[in-house]
Amino acid sequence: MATEPITKEVAGSCVDSYGSAIGMPQLCFDWFPNQIFWLVITLVVIFLVLSRVALPRIAAILAERQGTITNDLAAAEDLKAKAVEAEEAYNKALADARSEAQRIAAEARAEIQAGLDDAIAKADAEIAAKAAESEKAIAEIRAGALESIQVVAKDTAAELVTALGGEADADAIAGAVDAQTKG
Amino acid sequence: MATETTAAAGSSLVFHPMDQFIVKPLFGDGAVGMFTVTNVTLWLFFAILAVVALLVLPTSKRAIVPTRMQSVAELTYGFVYKMLEDICGKEGVKFFPYVMTLFMFIVCANFLGLIPTSFTTTSHFAVTIPLALAVFLTVTILGFVKNGAAFLGLFWVSSAPLALRPILAIIELISYFVRPVSHSIRLAGNVMAGHAVIKVFAGFAAVAVISPVSVLAITAMYGLEVLVAFIQAYVFTILTCVYLKDALHPSH
Repeated sequence: MATEPITKEVAGSCVDSYGSAIGMPQLCFDWFPNQIFWLVITLVVIFLVLSRVALPRIAAILAERQGTITNDLAAAEDLKAKAVEAEEAYNKALADARSEAQRIAAEARAEIQAGLDDAIAKADAEIAAKAAESEKAIAEIRAGALESIQVVAKDTAAELVTALGGEADADAIAGAVDAQTKG
Repeated sequence: MATETTAAAGSSLVFHPMDQFIVKPLFGDGAVGMFTVTNVTLWLFFAILAVVALLVLPTSKRAIVPTRMQSVAELTYGFVYKMLEDICGKEGVKFFPYVMTLFMFIVCANFLGLIPTSFTTTSHFAVTIPLALAVFLTVTILGFVKNGAAFLGLFWVSSAPLALRPILAIIELISYFVRPVSHSIRLAGNVMAGHAVIKVFAGFAAVAVISPVSVLAITAMYGLEVLVAFIQAYVFTILTCVYLKDALHPSH
């Protein structure tokens, strides 16, 4: 400001001929009416703008936001309760399923066990029967074998006796062979 | 700003720190009459624009989730509203538009004054005295209208010993009438002093050796002035609230 070098015989007693201030321009009462006039207009305009437009609008925005937040909080509370409920139901279902599974498993186990026991018993019986049969067969074979040995031995003994020039006494030979094979 | 120093004929160090406060007609030369459009008019008009730009335009969308500027508007609203409510209580809330007008005007005018080459309207007593007087008159009239003669209880300190009360009453009375003076001079004085000091430092910049220091000093002062611009608006507003509280609840 005030670069204009010279003159300008101006606004009363507050500015010198170089356009510089004399003393404090704040105390130049020549300018007061002008400043106060425009200040009052400015303040009235700002007051009207604020009280008619800006402040009610901002108050409405804040109130609306508060309402939205309250609603959202309530909704969140609701949803949270629902979530807890759902979790409880889920846990309950889980526990039910688990006990059911345990029951089924136990049942199956018992069934299998019973079947198994049955089969084992049956197998045991079969094995016992087979063993007895085998034993019998073995005894028979053994008896058969003994008998054939005796027959062979008697025949051989009789042949031997005859070959040695003796008289084959069948009874004596049979007794001797019996006596020998008994041991 | 900062060119007057070179205008002087003789020495290079001539300061005109007060020239920035001169009121001039915007169009042509001539006397400054009451209705002349001056630089005061221009910068007061800019203050109105600033208020509109801060509080009206950003809130036009009324967004639930605010934009940055809308947040600023809401925070400003909340800042002043809470200040008024904390000090004056629920009763004071109906003066909110009035207090908000004062705050927004002073804040905008102070910050506009920080723009280089601008004219600082709030550095003039012609601006701050009407502001302070308006508060003083509002408080006084409101006090008597609301409380009647009981408003005088403000000066009669009933908790003090009886013998001291007349003396205290005189002190209270004086301090009450000094209020508009201190209220207005504080604002204008702070703003004017800062701007004048910056101008003086700027004058020293004409000497090459000192100019780096001068630039640093201007920077520092400018930072301080930014602080002062806000704090003085805040102080003016909070004192307005305190005075209003006196009118609403005059008992000590």
